[in-house]
Amino acid sequence: MTVLAICGGRLVDPAAGVDAAKDILLENGRVVEIAGPGKLKGKNGAGVLDATGLVVAPGLIDIHVHLREPGQAYKETIATGTAAAAAGGFTSVAAMPNTVPVNDSPEITRWMQAPERGAQVRVFPIAAATRGSKGETINDYAALKSAGAVAVTDDGRPILKDSMMRETLAAAARVGLTVIQHAEDTRMTQGASMNLGPVSFKLGLRGMPPEAESSMVERDIRLVAELRESHPHLHVAHTSTAAALAAVRQARRNGLRVTCEVAPHHFLLTEEHVGLYNTHAKMSPPLRSAADRDAMIEGILDGTVDAIATDHAPHAMHEKEVEFEMAPNGITGLETALGLSLRWLHGEWKMPLGRVLSLLSAQPAALLGLKGRGTLTVGSYADAVVFDPQTEWTYRATESKSKAKNTPFDGWPMLGKVRWTVSEGRVVYAAQKTLDV
Amino acid sequence: MKPVLPTTRRLRSTPPAPVSPFPYHPGSLLSVLDLSVDGVSRLLVRATELDDEDPILRDHILAKRRIALLFYESSTRTRTSFELACKALGADTTLVSNLSSSIEKGESLKDTGLTLRALGAEAIILRHSISGGAWLLEESTRLPVINAGDGMHEHPTQALLDLRTILTHLRPGLEGVKPDTLAGVTVMITGDILHSRVARSNMLLLPRVGARVLLVGPKELLPEQAARSGPGIEIERDFEAALAQSQAVMMLRIQAERLAGLQLDLDEYKANYQLTGQRLAAHAPSAVVLHPGPIIRGMEITAGVADGVQSAILEQVTNGLAIRMAVMERALTAEGGGRS
Repeated sequence: MTVLAICGGRLVDPAAGVDAAKDILLENGRVVEIAGPGKLKGKNGAGVLDATGLVVAPGLIDIHVHLREPGQAYKETIATGTAAAAAGGFTSVAAMPNTVPVNDSPEITRWMQAPERGAQVRVFPIAAATRGSKGETINDYAALKSAGAVAVTDDGRPILKDSMMRETLAAAARVGLTVIQHAEDTRMTQGASMNLGPVSFKLGLRGMPPEAESSMVERDIRLVAELRESHPHLHVAHTSTAAALAAVRQARRNGLRVTCEVAPHHFLLTEEHVGLYNTHAKMSPPLRSAADRDAMIEGILDGTVDAIATDHAPHAMHEKEVEFEMAPNGITGLETALGLSLRWLHGEWKMPLGRVLSLLSAQPAALLGLKGRGTLTVGSYADAVVFDPQTEWTYRATESKSKAKNTPFDGWPMLGKVRWTVSEGRVVYAAQKTLDV
Repeated sequence: MKPVLPTTRRLRSTPPAPVSPFPYHPGSLLSVLDLSVDGVSRLLVRATELDDEDPILRDHILAKRRIALLFYESSTRTRTSFELACKALGADTTLVSNLSSSIEKGESLKDTGLTLRALGAEAIILRHSISGGAWLLEESTRLPVINAGDGMHEHPTQALLDLRTILTHLRPGLEGVKPDTLAGVTVMITGDILHSRVARSNMLLLPRVGARVLLVGPKELLPEQAARSGPGIEIERDFEAALAQSQAVMMLRIQAERLAGLQLDLDEYKANYQLTGQRLAAHAPSAVVLHPGPIIRGMEITAGVADGVQSAILEQVTNGLAIRMAVMERALTAEGGGRS
């Protein structure tokens, strides 16, 4: 079906400043018409999604996911990861390069986007900043960009050397790519498996000090300031500490192009949620103190935070059923991000719906320069999520479309149930099978 | 001029703290926090009864019950003491160590536990090198699991036997305990608190029966957050000042195997924190001296003090046997935990 009309819904498109009852017509993967309620039913022989009582919004965009392909298909594949994305309302995901081998070449970047991967939604590869993410030799950013890479990062293996990070920022700025940094001074986190504090002491676990994150963010910002003339864009991945967020806030006041994202687990959970060695609460950066968590909430509400990103990090069950210190870092997140954001940011903390959706679509699209995404104006991609904003439901990890079930949010109440996800005009997720035609 | 009111932070509701993910087996002993003060008291009373019991009768209590000892770390005292305690109650024991088993081939703790259960183990005593190992084993097997030391975390039977030793010296004749039994008593724990499971179990147990716990050591081995582990815990950096306040003096070994790159000047450490006969005589002439072992003579404690009249180090070892008999009886006869 190439023509689809979403009728009777409330269109919330923060980038366009729209929050009104509108029908939209999608044709050949693009939005072709927006009109008042009832105007588009049956037009051009369109199939109709009846969105009465539902919110129609730009498809969500997650700029931080791990799809594990190539190399670790036992954890997740591009097909299963993007199926989970679709179920969570996401139509675009940016995939991190810590694959096996590391995505540091145009070949792997193209391979990840090939139709044979069976992606349900659009995959934007993020390429490695240095060869093999070893922090030694810089990659060919122009070639990676033309192969489709939208940013560069060494993600889990942060660039420690000042000279290498400076070179990375300068080279990326020359071709207009964003540098994403997983800010962690790994010299301060050797052997550590959770946040450093009273809880880590009590559990007898080595802790990661908050300074391991903030000192790295401060160092990176200093380099961005030094390179001010060439306008580098630094994006701080999964910000988790008050100090790092404060540094980002200050950098922006100083006119630097520094952006940041926060993951739902970092604005909801604290180190207490590690409980008694729950490996589903183990990730990097770790769950922090309540003060840090509160700072993430403040940062989201006051606009310092540019995007909500999940850091979806699937692992096989047997990998997490081990001693806490031996378990790999990371949790899944694609299917819970919208429900948690609506439940807490909108429901509890009264953030306007449009602003919550903006953090999950318009702002991440702008951040990575994804043209025609994150909005539903005429001419943009037909990427949409249709959800019931009132429905409360309970997330069940066993029902996940992801291969992995490693989430601390199993059994948690969610707000806002996705009814349909439409990626470039195709319905890629439907909560119920019926499609009124 | 109107006073400027500080902007008050809006109080926000946040997700609740986690609840325990699964009900523990009532016979398990993973942490000293699993025991109520009454529970501690019952174990102490029972330890004395079992100690005094006729060996022939005692041999029937757990006759032919199967208990596995699963040891991922070397141990002399704890392993032998658990094994003898099990045997004294008539149980059959089997020892699996990481160096002579399929653990060397990469078998996980979960699979090792399930294998032991399939072989008929009714309880597992676990010594593990990683904090939290006992929780994983309990969750995987749902058998009564006795934590015989997990990484840097806890060693509950050691704290119980230390409590028994302290009571013998400071509250002679008393058998059970109440929340105020050790009111007015200060127990100091000196040394490598950061890496010590013995320190953690003791600091969580002793204040619950009324004692004040004084932690002593340099910053590298005793971070400030240690005092926030629970009520009744304080930090004193001056060794001699701490001695002067204490009725029980517990010394710990420097755990070279867990220092992980931490630089420590051992001569300086000895100068500041070694328990010598001179210091003991000057500041704590009547205190009871404890050490969980292994002791490194001439390091944290001099040979003279270790063998001296104030030392209860070997009593601790003997008390371990009694405490572990009581713990193993509880493991296999607790409500829902054993055969009727």
